[in-house]
Amino acid sequence: MGIFDYFKSKSEPSSASVAKDRLQIIVAHERSRRTQPDYLEQMQQEIIAVIRKYVQVDNEHVQIQLEDTDDCSVLELNVTLPEKND
Amino acid sequence: MAKIIVVTSGKGGVGKTTSSAAIGTGLALKGHKTVIIDFDVGLRNLDLIMGCERRVVYDFVNVINKEATLSQALIKDKRTKDLFLLPASQTRDKDALTTEGVEAVLNELSKDFEYIVCDSPAGIEKGAQMALYFADVAIVTTNPEVSSVRDSDRILGILQSKSRRAEQGLPPIEEHLLVTRYNPDRVSEGEMLSVADVEEILAIPLLGVIPESEAVLKASNQGAPVILDVQAEAGQAYSDAVDRLLGEERPLRFTDIQKKGFFKRLLGG
Repeated sequence: MGIFDYFKSKSEPSSASVAKDRLQIIVAHERSRRTQPDYLEQMQQEIIAVIRKYVQVDNEHVQIQLEDTDDCSVLELNVTLPEKND
Repeated sequence: MAKIIVVTSGKGGVGKTTSSAAIGTGLALKGHKTVIIDFDVGLRNLDLIMGCERRVVYDFVNVINKEATLSQALIKDKRTKDLFLLPASQTRDKDALTTEGVEAVLNELSKDFEYIVCDSPAGIEKGAQMALYFADVAIVTTNPEVSSVRDSDRILGILQSKSRRAEQGLPPIEEHLLVTRYNPDRVSEGEMLSVADVEEILAIPLLGVIPESEAVLKASNQGAPVILDVQAEAGQAYSDAVDRLLGEERPLRFTDIQKKGFFKRLLGG
């Protein structure tokens, strides 16, 4: 085994630790989605309807996220408006 | 009032039915009158694992539809005293399980039994939801493998939001982790998630670890729950899990690699 192989094998994590890292990320993501309040989805639909009264946007261009910190919740609304083509 | 235990997992093939049969038998061996219900309508298999497939006459759906009484449908286990089985129907569709129907059967069983073990089907559809809806205790069966762990977490979310206890604001379902098909050698090689990893990700208390074992296939071949195989590590691990479920302290076994002796190492065994 050459010296490069030695370093390579040192730096490559085991497949079990890769599995653990991937799971921790996806599980945390899925948990945050299911703890969001039930009204969020309907509110998202209504906000989109309001925006559509003025600008034509697709559903996928409106992102709504509720983030909980210790003592407050932040509702983040991100709307990508279509490019102007005049 | 009986304690209702659901054996669930989300993912299929992780050992729900094997665990239901073993744990139900274990509870009966400890002198608690126990019934195991197969909720897998259309894909009945608990009868085969328990070795009473030729004694099924009426099933769970017949009782719900009042085509048979509970005592006609219950099968008394021939090996273990105080153990009964309520088989799933083999032909009907899954909509046959209604909340009211399941509740009525569970209420009637509650009068006679100490423990009702619900063997959940895989997935998160109606059958799986019905199996966990009335539960007091959940045994989340998980293989140390990414898709099984993720699905178990999904099921935990359903236990915490879609069960009767969650909907009615009652104390939550008691959750237990049962890690099955565990291979300590592969864990030590870094090829398999360890029990500690799975515990850390799912964050629920550990009920037991069942080592991957040839005894499990042998037991299902013979139609005898693996817990009856007292020589097998898997059987002993299920006994420990049952003892812990009943509140006794048992140290974890079979989770470390077998220490190879000098000669075995010398000969490369």
